[in-house]
Amino acid sequence: MSDIKLNVEGLNVHFVNGHRHTHAVRDVSFTLGREKLAIVGESGSGKSTVGRSLLKLHPPSARLCAKAMRFDGIDLLTASENVMRKVRGQRISMVMQDPKYSLNPVVKVGEQIAEAFLAHHKASRREARERVLEMLAKVHIRDPQRVYNLYPHEVSGGMGQRIMIAMMVITRPEVIIADEPTSALDVSVRQQVLGVLEELVEQQQMGLIFVSHDLNLVRNYCDRVLVMYAGRVVESLAACDLHHAEHPYTRGLLAALPSMGNRRERLPVLQRDPLWLTC
Amino acid sequence: MAMIQAHQLNLSFGTGAGLNQVLHDVSLSVADGESFGLVGESGSGKTTVLRCLAGQYRQWRGELSIGGVALQHTLPKSHFRHVQMVFQDPYGSLHPRHTVDTALREPLVIHGIDDRDERIHDILLKVGLNETFRYRYPHQLSGGQRQRVAIARALILQPRVLLLDEPTSALDVSVQAEILNLLADLRRREKLTYLMVTHDLGVVTHLCDRVAVMQQGRIVEQLDSQALSQNLATHAYTRMLVQASRDFSDDSQHPLAG
Repeated sequence: MSDIKLNVEGLNVHFVNGHRHTHAVRDVSFTLGREKLAIVGESGSGKSTVGRSLLKLHPPSARLCAKAMRFDGIDLLTASENVMRKVRGQRISMVMQDPKYSLNPVVKVGEQIAEAFLAHHKASRREARERVLEMLAKVHIRDPQRVYNLYPHEVSGGMGQRIMIAMMVITRPEVIIADEPTSALDVSVRQQVLGVLEELVEQQQMGLIFVSHDLNLVRNYCDRVLVMYAGRVVESLAACDLHHAEHPYTRGLLAALPSMGNRRERLPVLQRDPLWLTC
Repeated sequence: MAMIQAHQLNLSFGTGAGLNQVLHDVSLSVADGESFGLVGESGSGKTTVLRCLAGQYRQWRGELSIGGVALQHTLPKSHFRHVQMVFQDPYGSLHPRHTVDTALREPLVIHGIDDRDERIHDILLKVGLNETFRYRYPHQLSGGQRQRVAIARALILQPRVLLLDEPTSALDVSVQAEILNLLADLRRREKLTYLMVTHDLGVVTHLCDRVAVMQQGRIVEQLDSQALSQNLATHAYTRMLVQASRDFSDDSQHPLAG
């Protein structure tokens, strides 16, 4: 199928630190088409590590191996740094969790977005500026001219996150990896940001990998869900079938959520089964 | 009797043209043994209300009282034996170079309380930890364990009131469930009064009996959490919040459920 953008088979990531050896991702396989794919799990389950592996953003202590990790005919596993540099940001880009730490505090936000554009396109500064203003409007920033000249500390969290999205999307990538893009945001602002991301994914026919720990959000926002536990994908299912999840881990996570409609005296606590680590 | 009472609480920072009023006539009353939630988005002033009660701001105007005793702008040491606070981020609120034992001992030393070893032992059991955690450093604990230590530190002075500032928002869902259960148990056993700040309506309806919704430094609505979950909120802002969290939750709204 030509629709498949990314194909990952049997991905393993080890971190080697002196004598300490961590097997962070174990045998993860998935494909990504023009869809919104969620990777959910607790902290430490390896979900972010999977996202970073696709761009090979790991420190030298990481050992990556896989049967296949292909993106549009490029074997990401063996690709040279030169090839990777053309992929990163331009064809696959990544939205980070917290705009407060991911934006350069001493550069105007407009110029930071322009920098991302100019790194991948031959264009004049003026042209870049126009593209940036256009992009800012696209992520629903009301007054792009004013916002262009602001510094990161002068914008709110929600606006900062939209600026990050603008920066990542301005190069028209084919795949976006969003690593908890909304967990630092308020409920009301979160919806705006998710809406913006969804619009862009649809308009530009991108594939989205959405790394999150929030099952409720994922269930309504994404098409497909991979549930990770201790480095493994324990379950992969359509988001709308999440209610019918079979793996006890997924069911446990869902049950542990406090919900408005269903008040319980006590929340069921997840009972971890050592078997989950092996099967 | 009302355990926590705020009457027309106002607070502002700066003077002249730079004056920024962050709380506008906030009034609320929390009964003894009740659990009360404050919700609203960031910047709405919900944490600021807690900080006033904890004595971190001194220039507030209005009336505040705890257990019927009116608060002065400078709080005496004895105040903190009745009121303690648990913070949002268990990674930031414990001293990285103090062991659990040191962290728990400090309030006892400050207040000159005896039987320290015994009290530390007991409080660890109470929050679901044990002696093996006693001489560990924060980096040797998971997020949930750290939050348990923070709760233990607040409880070791046997306060009547706990101020909870988003106690679970930095934790995973599975760990959040454990901490929420612990807080519910402790409140029942120790007859504590909670004032909890959160932005998660699921958490607030789970743990709290009543809820006040804040927006831009004002309380726009107060209601029972039961009413909140049955969608009986009347203020437009509350309804928006409810709608926003419904969009992302199960709640039998989906035909596929069941």
